[in-house]
Amino acid sequence: MTPSHSGPSDRLEASLAGFDVPAARPPDFPTADVSYAVDDTPIGRMLLACDGSGVLVASLFTPDAAAEEAALQRLAARISPRVLRRPQSLDEARRWLESYLEGGRPGAAPAWALSLATPFQIPVLTTLAARVGYGDRATYGQLASWAGRPQAARAVGTALGGNPLCVVLPCHRVVGASGSLTGYAGGLAAKRYLLELESTSL
Amino acid sequence: MTLPPFQLLVDAHWRDVARLAHALVGPDDGDDVAQQAWLQAWAAYPSLTSATNLRGWLFTVTYRCATDAHRGRGRRPVPVEDPALAAAERPAVDPPATASDESGVWQIVATLPPRQREAVALRYVADLDHAAIAAALGTSTAMSRRLVSDALGSLRKALS
Repeated sequence: MTPSHSGPSDRLEASLAGFDVPAARPPDFPTADVSYAVDDTPIGRMLLACDGSGVLVASLFTPDAAAEEAALQRLAARISPRVLRRPQSLDEARRWLESYLEGGRPGAAPAWALSLATPFQIPVLTTLAARVGYGDRATYGQLASWAGRPQAARAVGTALGGNPLCVVLPCHRVVGASGSLTGYAGGLAAKRYLLELESTSL
Repeated sequence: MTLPPFQLLVDAHWRDVARLAHALVGPDDGDDVAQQAWLQAWAAYPSLTSATNLRGWLFTVTYRCATDAHRGRGRRPVPVEDPALAAAERPAVDPPATASDESGVWQIVATLPPRQREAVALRYVADLDHAAIAAALGTSTAMSRRLVSDALGSLRKALS
């Protein structure tokens, strides 16, 4: 950033600096390497993002501007800095999420990829997606065993806490050994909402 | 180095890019130049090697697009407000009826010699310092200062 050190000092300079184009519109871009949309949902404000081929790479809770910017920075660093707000590219995923959160038995989830996941998260999250179905619950210990890491229940909890595809990959179905809800990226109220939704929809 | 998400640049700077484009080429081509600048910035963005002065970089891209647009327009019939030719034909000034407001003063800016007009746009619309203006114009900071100060002198004279 290179702002000038001295601002306009007289009326002429102020009048030059006040030049405005009220009818200007934001630019249009033909494509994006990462497209995203932010929507208010019954479980909080969420950001969905897909890559250049339309594959879903993020479904994150972004309650405030700082969380949204952190999510965008993560996408820029891991996939491409050419990140643009293009809700129309996410219509399918947004419809799926909306119907899911209204309690409709969801159809097949939109195509997703673990582009934001760490090497440790990948087996944990793919096991989660494969083994823990709608309305089911699993414990962190069970998931650790299924993922081939029986000693790593705590690390599995951390891996789920950083789930880049919340709701789509159902980390909300994983609970403590005692059945307690423990934690959730979207807050415990969101986790409770999702579990109740799934138990009443069955 | 990590480049910020492009949307943050768009949100922070699209209004200023539009203002600069309009100040440089006028109302007829301003929107096209701004859009062109964004497409060029978009294409070049992933290969940038520095994230330190993205705002200045966007304005430089906009300035280059504006210069290209002017060059391309040389073959077409000249609109009355074309600054370069208007300056040659009409040495000074539009009627100062509205000269106290912003549109009035910019009507007079449009009659300045091209380099002065560009320096004024980069200085006051883009809010760049003289080092950045000099870099965009391919000249020295001393020359940038002189262009701006000569322009202010002419404008004050025209407005008095």
